[in-house]
Amino acid sequence: MSVLVYIEHTNGIIKKNALEAASYAVAYAEKTNGSALGVTIGNVSESEIKKLGNVGLEKVFNVGGHDYLNHQKVAAIMADVAQKNNSTTYIFSGSSEGKGAGPRLAVKMGAGIVSEVIEVPSSTSPITLVKKAFSGKGYANIQLNHEKNVIVLSTNAFGVHEKSVDVHIENISSEGNDTSLTHQSFDRDTKGISLPDAELVVSAGRGLKGAENWGMIEELAETLGAATACSKPVSDIGWRGHHEHVGQTGIAISPNLYIAIGISGAIQHLAGVSSSKTIVVINIDPEAPFFKAADYGIIGDAFEVVPKLNAAIKAIKG
Amino acid sequence: MKILVCISSVPDTTTKISFTNNNTALQSNGVQFIINPNDEFGLTKALHIKEANPGTNVTVLHVGPNSSDPVIRKALAIGADDAVRINVEAIDPLQVAGEIAHYVKANPYDLIITGKESIDYNGAIVAHALGEMLGIPSVSPCIGLSINGSEASLTGVVDGGKEELTASLPIVVGGQKGLVEEKDLRIPNMRGIMQARTKPLNVVEASGSKEAQKVVNYDTPAPKAACKIVDANNVDELVRLLQNEAKVI
Ligand SMILES: Cc1cc2nc3c(=O)[nH]c(=O)nc-3n(C[C@H](O)[C@H](O)[C@H](O)COP(=O)(O)OP(=O)(O)OC[C@H]3O[C@@H](n4cnc5c(N)ncnc54)[C@H](O)[C@@H]3O)c2cc1C
Ligand SMILES: Nc1ncnc2c1ncn2[C@@H]1O[C@H](COP(=O)(O)O)[C@@H](O)[C@H]1O
Repeated sequence: MSVLVYIEHTNGIIKKNALEAASYAVAYAEKTNGSALGVTIGNVSESEIKKLGNVGLEKVFNVGGHDYLNHQKVAAIMADVAQKNNSTTYIFSGSSEGKGAGPRLAVKMGAGIVSEVIEVPSSTSPITLVKKAFSGKGYANIQLNHEKNVIVLSTNAFGVHEKSVDVHIENISSEGNDTSLTHQSFDRDTKGISLPDAELVVSAGRGLKGAENWGMIEELAETLGAATACSKPVSDIGWRGHHEHVGQTGIAISPNLYIAIGISGAIQHLAGVSSSKTIVVINIDPEAPFFKAADYGIIGDAFEVVPKLNAAIKAIKG
Repeated sequence: MKILVCISSVPDTTTKISFTNNNTALQSNGVQFIINPNDEFGLTKALHIKEANPGTNVTVLHVGPNSSDPVIRKALAIGADDAVRINVEAIDPLQVAGEIAHYVKANPYDLIITGKESIDYNGAIVAHALGEMLGIPSVSPCIGLSINGSEASLTGVVDGGKEELTASLPIVVGGQKGLVEEKDLRIPNMRGIMQARTKPLNVVEASGSKEAQKVVNYDTPAPKAACKIVDANNVDELVRLLQNEAKVI
């Protein structure tokens, strides 16, 4: 019985969420006395694939070709590799590719599927594991009734666990034909840091009063190497793009650090960010509900505090 | 054109979530159930397409018991033409997708709209599973859709950006904010509410799609320790805490 994990990359560079998925697959395989197998698709160099050895993945199938991938092709290729290797568990990151390919693979394999998973199984017969539910307002203990299962992870919950091994790479080919969706173009923000997998996030709300005041937010984010986010009304008014809206009806994130500036902390906002490891709140109102969900708080005017904070962090970064 | 809009019924977003019966069920006393917010964007999009293409019919579909009827009626009041309820408890997204696929195979649609995710169970599974079961393309999360005859142009969300795609109908689309704008969302008016009472709500029996998983029990996140307040004139202290205590920078 093997555990197959899909390894995502951007232009040949293995993504951090893929290292996390590989870590999870290794731990899962240990727990279930199986072996973990990785799959990379497209043009990824050998030295890049070898990095997976740092998280304990011993074997990787490298599927050549496929300059353009979408979730339908990923699912088709994964099904092909899974069948040839008798794999019964299929692991994906909670990225757009993972969330797209996972359900399709489950149907192809006659498998069950569970998403937003945060831990390895607590018991293995039957497989029982924990997923996020109610947009982070709760957790559900799930029991899987199938022999085959797709597991889609919640990003940044399990984490990357180091364990050094040698990686054996096997180059294979797989058709993965799927022509039903025709790709026209990508429009990717290449300079910023992608919010769903950011480790540090600087977020601001209506307290900033206008789009023109986001300069200091972007500066702080740049100093930290953080992604930027915003509350829902901010994106509804058009001060920031919709892709920055976090919360119950936006993107749910769990970075290591979430700095909330001029955001009141409404229940719908908290739902999408409360599983961040450390939360800092900067708000002028000591009664703002966000302080109850925060680890550290500054009661003060963002227009004074944020530039000072930026300078202080710059100072330590040299 | 025939459009199917799948809606789930979820606790209102302001609900403080708690559990009952040894944490095996949601405490639903006093909880207001609403159309899943992602599905509202899809429903409004379907109505926009209907208005631009006379003769279009919009059906809403829900998999669940009759306790969901008020939510289905609300979708009718917003403007859907008719409704279908598949009469079975929705336990798992694959079972739901299986029931919807079974219905659609017997009753074909040109366009099937779901939400990208149901905000209660957070599966993000139904849209793509349904596409696979029906052997048709699926784009989810989708933030742009235009239909030209039997061709669709779509904007899908990818990590860090978006992708423009085209496909031939039928397709599955998983909506969210952006498919239509927030300000375009419709609330039922009096006339809509009156009309909804007489619009058809067809109850069909389930095909018996098997659930692949079940919830053993629920948990709520552990409460946070008290927030450490740092003086606004001493941001260096905050930086020190983030560096040495939280170890995040
Ligand atoms: C169905 C539904 C879904 C929703 N989903 C989401 C969601 O996913 N995400 C989300 O964010 N919201 C969501 N909301 C909206 C949510 O209820 C709140 O309205 C919203 O989060 C408030 O945004 P805000 O904190 O930016 O603005 P406000 O509530 O207006 O708060 C602004 C804050 O800024 C502070 N402030 C003002 N001036 C300063 C200053 N100079 N310096 C520092 N602080 C200052 C104020 O004290 C206040 O706390 C949803 C609502 C509904 C009904
Ligand atoms: N019980 C249900 N009945 C009808 N549609 C549903 C149901 N559950 C989920 N869906 C649809 O599938 C979408 C995604 O749900 P999920 O995959 O469970 O997160 C929702 O936004 C709905 O459009």
